[in-house]
Amino acid sequence: MPKKILFVEDESALQKTFGEVLMQEGYQVISAMDGEEGLRLAQTEEPDLILLDLVLPKLHGFEVLKKLKEDSSTEDIPVIVLTNLESTGDVEKAVELGATTYLVKANYDLEDVLKKVKDALGD
Amino acid sequence: MSFKEIIDQLNIIGQCRRYNLPLRHCPQFLFLVMGTVIGVTAIISYSLGTRYVVDPSLVALIVLLMTIFLLSVSFVIIRSLERIAEANRLKSEFISVVSHQLRSPLSNLKWSTELITSGRLGEIEKKQAEYLKIIKENIGRMGELVSDLLMVSRIEQGRLPLEISEFSLKEMTEQIINKFKAYAEASNIEITFNTEEPLSNVVADPSQTKSVIENLLDNAIRYIKGKGKIEISIRKRGDFLLFSIKDTGVGIPQKDQKHIFQKFFRSANVMKHQTQGSGLGLYIVKSIVEMCGGKIWFNSREGEGTTFLFTLPIKKNRKTVDNTR
Repeated sequence: MPKKILFVEDESALQKTFGEVLMQEGYQVISAMDGEEGLRLAQTEEPDLILLDLVLPKLHGFEVLKKLKEDSSTEDIPVIVLTNLESTGDVEKAVELGATTYLVKANYDLEDVLKKVKDALGD
Repeated sequence: MSFKEIIDQLNIIGQCRRYNLPLRHCPQFLFLVMGTVIGVTAIISYSLGTRYVVDPSLVALIVLLMTIFLLSVSFVIIRSLERIAEANRLKSEFISVVSHQLRSPLSNLKWSTELITSGRLGEIEKKQAEYLKIIKENIGRMGELVSDLLMVSRIEQGRLPLEISEFSLKEMTEQIINKFKAYAEASNIEITFNTEEPLSNVVADPSQTKSVIENLLDNAIRYIKGKGKIEISIRKRGDFLLFSIKDTGVGIPQKDQKHIFQKFFRSANVMKHQTQGSGLGLYIVKSIVEMCGGKIWFNSREGEGTTFLFTLPIKKNRKTVDNTR
């Protein structure tokens, strides 16, 4: 069974590029375009990993993260925050809320992000 | 002006905070000071007038009219100052919004290009790879520019987070020189480094200091045309370490020297040799050094070279902007 990754990201271009790479690597990718959908899919699909953007329509990434960690069915899923917000305050808040890793999109190559995903999944 | 606007004008602290201005530069606060001074003067003249002049009520009336007149004039002046401050604030906000908005499409471009070049979507021909490389390099350049703009907007809004700690400026410099060695060698530039021993540590933000040194070294290499030399030294000077970087580059023309730390400024001399660059580097460098409690300056002569010098404190001093959480 391929591992399931939930990708919560409102930029469809990023969904497409990184989704493509993940699928080529043999992962099953589930996409969510907003925070609410992301939260719902996290609860129903039981993914092995969540990639979470912060600036999202409907529900902000921080809220999604908070709710994920409050819910016993989703609290153990590792969450990689993948965003363009990069103030120290944002990073600290995400880690405090329970994010596994925090990556600033602009500073990471596609392959580097893939490596982080594999690390988080233990692959 | 509506009643609400007048009430808003009275909230002096709030107004000053909005513009990110210190009280002594804040138009509203200045207005209050002027008003108080004028008022006190009026009261003094009034008491003098009533004592020494035959017709005191006339004097009082004149003083009163003068006061009202002065107050109105200064109010108008200050309103216009405020408009300038507002324009400045909007400009900073504009930079911030623009650069944030540029980042998402840039990430998209970067990742898409990387996906193609990675060969995951199929083989690429050599010629195609060449052009994809150009695209990638230019995305990198734009990314750097956007980062610089973000940095400027953070500096201007006083939101640049500094993490002050003690570290060895000497070790940091050695590491940076090592990193730049190949680049310098490729351009036939020799870098020498000497320090006084023993040397104390400095108290500043290490990652920002690193970018200061990298920026100065990068500039030095970039503006040496042909063979050249860069001399870096660190010495103790009172409660500071003095870092100096001397190059045999093109130098800065006399008439441009006073503008060199202004943002977006690019010397005509520089434009002749190197068209790339945003004119933000030295502005950022200066802001960082000053926020860390140091000073930066330079000596330069066109055609002979430039020496940039900056200081960083050995101990934490009161000038250090510390917003370490």
